[in-house]
Amino acid sequence: MSDITSLSLTKLVKNIKEKKLSSEDVTKAFIARSEKSKELNSYITEDFSNAIDKAKKFDEKPNLNLKLPGIPVAVKDLFCTKDIRTTAGSKILENFIPTYESTVTQNIWDAGAILLGKLNCDEFAMGSSNETSFFGNVLNPIDKGLVPGGSSGGSAAAVSGQLTPITIGTDTGGSIRQPASFTGTVGLKPTYGSCSRYGIVAFASSLDQAGPMSQNVEDCALLQEVISSYDIKDSTSIDFKRNEYSKELTKNIKGKKIGIPKEYRVEGMPKEIEELWKKGIEYAKDCGAEIIDISLPHTSYALPAYYIVAPAEASSNLARYDGVKYGFRAKGENLIDMYEKTRSQGFGDEVQRRIMIGTYVLSSGYYDAYYLKAQKVRKLIKNDFDEAYKKVDAILTPSTPSSAFKIGEKKNDPVSMYLNDIFTVPVNLAGLPAISIPAGHDAAGHPLGLQIIGKAFKEQEILNLAYAMEDKISFKNKITDWWIK
Amino acid sequence: MNIDLKTIKHISKLSRISVDGQKAEKLASDLNSIFEFIEKLNELNTDNVDPLTSVAETTLKFRSDEVKSKNIREQIIKNSPEDNEDFFVVPKVIE
Repeated sequence: MSDITSLSLTKLVKNIKEKKLSSEDVTKAFIARSEKSKELNSYITEDFSNAIDKAKKFDEKPNLNLKLPGIPVAVKDLFCTKDIRTTAGSKILENFIPTYESTVTQNIWDAGAILLGKLNCDEFAMGSSNETSFFGNVLNPIDKGLVPGGSSGGSAAAVSGQLTPITIGTDTGGSIRQPASFTGTVGLKPTYGSCSRYGIVAFASSLDQAGPMSQNVEDCALLQEVISSYDIKDSTSIDFKRNEYSKELTKNIKGKKIGIPKEYRVEGMPKEIEELWKKGIEYAKDCGAEIIDISLPHTSYALPAYYIVAPAEASSNLARYDGVKYGFRAKGENLIDMYEKTRSQGFGDEVQRRIMIGTYVLSSGYYDAYYLKAQKVRKLIKNDFDEAYKKVDAILTPSTPSSAFKIGEKKNDPVSMYLNDIFTVPVNLAGLPAISIPAGHDAAGHPLGLQIIGKAFKEQEILNLAYAMEDKISFKNKITDWWIK
Repeated sequence: MNIDLKTIKHISKLSRISVDGQKAEKLASDLNSIFEFIEKLNELNTDNVDPLTSVAETTLKFRSDEVKSKNIREQIIKNSPEDNEDFFVVPKVIE
């Protein structure tokens, strides 16, 4: 029994299909391990007894043709789940119980999966360390003193710590790829429009995208196949031909052209990141890929542009939390006083900071200087990628400028926290797909990730590259189960 | 660029978030360091660049305007902090 949680999704599916394991066996194993892992603080809401009931029901009449037959899955608490509390890591939604289901989670249940619970995240997905959650920070299974990354920190910790075989996160500026990199797991941010945003608590609507997180690339491909769909309920969902990502997965990447952008060699980058990148280039060559030096000249402007666009959209999206229709309400002397106290007491510091930035850059007299300027810079960043993709099929970079940092290390310095997303943010601004795969360790044995960025809608291409490279890298996560007494 | 306490008060009013003295000073200091970082964009000349408003290069689809969710009043009211079963209740707004 104890070995079940170390199996990959693909192996679990195989075992269930061959009737070597039941959904109940698998579900109970992940629940037992989750129960012993409370110290990680990965979960905000558990739904364990319902999960066991659903597993038993599945086993009575198992539909083994499904893609995720009876597989238990915990999801980031940013996805609305019908009748199950959805908090977005915020006090303002502490008691919010959705009356509808997000499209992405519905796709997962339709494929046969069973909800285990809702996973911790930075408040409204605003953060890179999971320290902004109202429900407390998450510990990294790699090492007690480290952040798991963010905002999908609970999700990354849950996959890395084997509390769930797979999970889904959301990525607005790196929130899937950075925590995946910090925890030695795989995370894919799909092309904007690939996964429906319907029922996901909105942060920055032109950047937000849901995506899979897993132990390996094969699992990632299978989950992407399940969650990606055209959805009439999301006006920015795109109707394109989606691959059967797991079936079409191949390690044959011979002749693929991979670009190495010189601008990602940033000042002060630790030597081990530089080394990792070099090794990544060698792995890609070993797989038969061709390496080409490229330039993405506006890279260093991506982060400042992001910190205008994302807060601007957030300030507008979060205007809905007014203490009237749902969520927390503070007592006030009149309507305005109630609004102001509700939002002041209901939102945490980082969320308030971003609403303030966003409000300011959209306010009269500043719109052109900030918001319009940032949108123009966004265009230049997208042009950079368009230009590069005339020469290459994909781009290889480090996922993050460092390995996981210590809890509390960057909490009081917003700019140094923001700098953590320097390699991930350009992808969101350009709407491209990108995957982070674990590729090595730093001197302390903490995992480091490499990022493969693809052309729009070419998820299959980067999954294949990741699949081939994963084989060469043969990464092993160093997890001691320190939190299990 | 210098964001002073007067500006913080103005933004706080626009964003409907009450901000007291100590918090205002911390916010002013944080926002100043963030905007100092953002000012980097001014190095770029963007006079002849079109703004990018959406990465999805598709036109919005038309659909007929049909009611899809009927009789969901109860669901809509369900999460409200205060209601009288038919309406959301807010502090009195008419003198």
